[in-house]
Amino acid sequence: MSEFVRRDPRKEWIARNRLHPQHLEMLAELGGGAVASEWMGPNGVMRRNPHAVGFIGPNGIRRIDRSGIQQAAQAPGRSIEAKDTRKPVTVDTPAFMVAVVPDMAGGRLSSHDRDLLGLARQLADADPAQPGAVLAVVFGEHKETTFDEAGIDRLIHLEGERFSGYLPELSVATLQSVDREMTPRHWLLPDSSVGGELGRRLAARLGERPAAQVWQVEADTESATGWRCTARGAAGRNDITRALPRIVLALAECADPVSETRHAAEPITLSNGLPDILGRIEDMGEVAVDPASVSLAEAEFILSAGNGVKNWDSYHHAAEVLGATKGASRVAVDDGFMPRDRQVGATGTWVSARVYVAVGISGAIQHLQGIQSCDKVVAVNLDEGCDMVKRADLAVIGDASQILAALVSRVEQYRAEQQENRDAA
Amino acid sequence: MPHDVSNKSAKQSTANALNVAVLVSVGQHPLTARARRADQDARAVEMALSLENASVSLLHAGPQDSDHEEAIRGYLGMGINSVGLIEQKPQADVIPALANALRASAPQLVLTGTRAETGEASGVTPYLLAEALGWPIITGLAAVEKVEQGVVTVLQALPRGKRRRLRIRLPALATVDSSAPAARQSAFGPARRGELAHQKAASELDEALSTWQFQPARKRPKRLKIVKSSSARDRFKAAAAKADGGGGQTLNDVTPEQGAEAIFKLLKEEGVLS
Repeated sequence: MSEFVRRDPRKEWIARNRLHPQHLEMLAELGGGAVASEWMGPNGVMRRNPHAVGFIGPNGIRRIDRSGIQQAAQAPGRSIEAKDTRKPVTVDTPAFMVAVVPDMAGGRLSSHDRDLLGLARQLADADPAQPGAVLAVVFGEHKETTFDEAGIDRLIHLEGERFSGYLPELSVATLQSVDREMTPRHWLLPDSSVGGELGRRLAARLGERPAAQVWQVEADTESATGWRCTARGAAGRNDITRALPRIVLALAECADPVSETRHAAEPITLSNGLPDILGRIEDMGEVAVDPASVSLAEAEFILSAGNGVKNWDSYHHAAEVLGATKGASRVAVDDGFMPRDRQVGATGTWVSARVYVAVGISGAIQHLQGIQSCDKVVAVNLDEGCDMVKRADLAVIGDASQILAALVSRVEQYRAEQQENRDAA
Repeated sequence: MPHDVSNKSAKQSTANALNVAVLVSVGQHPLTARARRADQDARAVEMALSLENASVSLLHAGPQDSDHEEAIRGYLGMGINSVGLIEQKPQADVIPALANALRASAPQLVLTGTRAETGEASGVTPYLLAEALGWPIITGLAAVEKVEQGVVTVLQALPRGKRRRLRIRLPALATVDSSAPAARQSAFGPARRGELAHQKAASELDEALSTWQFQPARKRPKRLKIVKSSSARDRFKAAAAKADGGGGQTLNDVTPEQGAEAIFKLLKEEGVLS
């Protein structure tokens, strides 16, 4: 109802006429309860509020219309824009199911998961006369609140003590019982380290031949399943085109995520109950890893040193305090300050750290090649114009040893605060 | 079923030694496309050789020609006397042959690479073998910590250099990926001297393979950034925005403390400070 804008020409006329006795009231009314721009103060002086003058135009910019023509035409219902325009979709009696097992890295749907759900939607919605439903199977606790926006119709959430930790055998047995009960037409899993393993286990258990590393799925009337997929083979050197099998392990960006519809995400439970499995693999928990022993290629956080570092003891101390893996530029290695296996760059290791802190590295092109796939790069350097500063997301110009010392004391202070909080709790 | 010859020839095999079989395949060099020892399989051999008190046997199933033989000799050059070769036709499904050979030789631990470097390379072979043999399987083996009374304690590699400790009842399969220690160099002399123990086995043709089309990998299309907004102004802003890059922040003329504070904030946002 509120989508229709009702205009009252008389009120608009009063609002335009600054001499009308009801002018201020009408302005306030049409402004949606906004503050009046002019009023009589307690001492009989006219007060003005310059911020209340004008109106917000259709493109989000404040307009002051001194001619008075448009002023009253301000739409009272600007809040409509913020309303969700996604079309709600419910599938009451699905013709078939497409099951997805998202990774839920960090308890949330990752972008890879969302791409996969988009692919599942494509498969489910192909025939409007016989709509399928997308079933998601989620293991363990999660923090996700937007299952409906991601395109999930039915949700099986397996939670509780039994499903915490690394339990591949129990997960596969559970998926097998889901398969028996729902018989989904397709199983889609992300071909990542978690989903890839689970998908292959499931394929071996169900006796299906999966398609791994799928990056494209197209409709194809000639194939047996009505779909054709393209998968990478031979360590990424080949493309294999084949009919879409029942179990699909797909790469990231295999399809566009759902954005225009909102689905039910209706929670369902298994009627047969959960299987009881005596696992032969016992999870003893994650092991604390010494960051210095982590290989550079897989390190998450690297503190890298170059020619600008003069005080090597303070650098090593900083790496220990920060818990960072040590890296080095070619100069630091050639000068004998760091071992050869710590060299980052074209000749050394190509790193993929999430955070890469370059201390005193000016950024030769060979070094910048090696850090291409790093997410965040922090540069500490004396020279403002060097290439590393241009590449960096955050660059601090100054003396490396002083900044490192300050950083170490700041982190130590933070750790002490954390410790106090833990003790108090 | 012929007896596993490679098993017999392992010199260090003693009464209570851990019997480790490594499944090896023929790899392909990423640049020259020459046949070579597969990287992950070579790491699996390296891991088996570094186990204490273990007798290591190698097993390969596949077609046999001179190129393949050269590649297989690459494993022999790592300090192994012989490798069992199960002869299979090209396009054959090697799972039944491998499963039979493993059942006959009955190793306690089977190591292999995660994924082949040629063919379909879907990485399902170890899982199918585990299913056929009824053994547990673990992935991403980084180190074997200890073996006692039929239970092995291992470290599993997780992304980003993290490790998880697992205990598995033997016999078991384990796959090794590139986070395992790098393989030692292959020496020429031992590679020549090593023995290739041929075994005959029936090959089952993989029917599905002939219906697939193989072609060189196409470059994947880049995903376009689509801005869905009802306001024309937002759409225009997104379309006219400069490509990313140059969005970095540079702190000039700051005290070391202020600079350190900025870096600290970024590290904390990224969650790398434990």
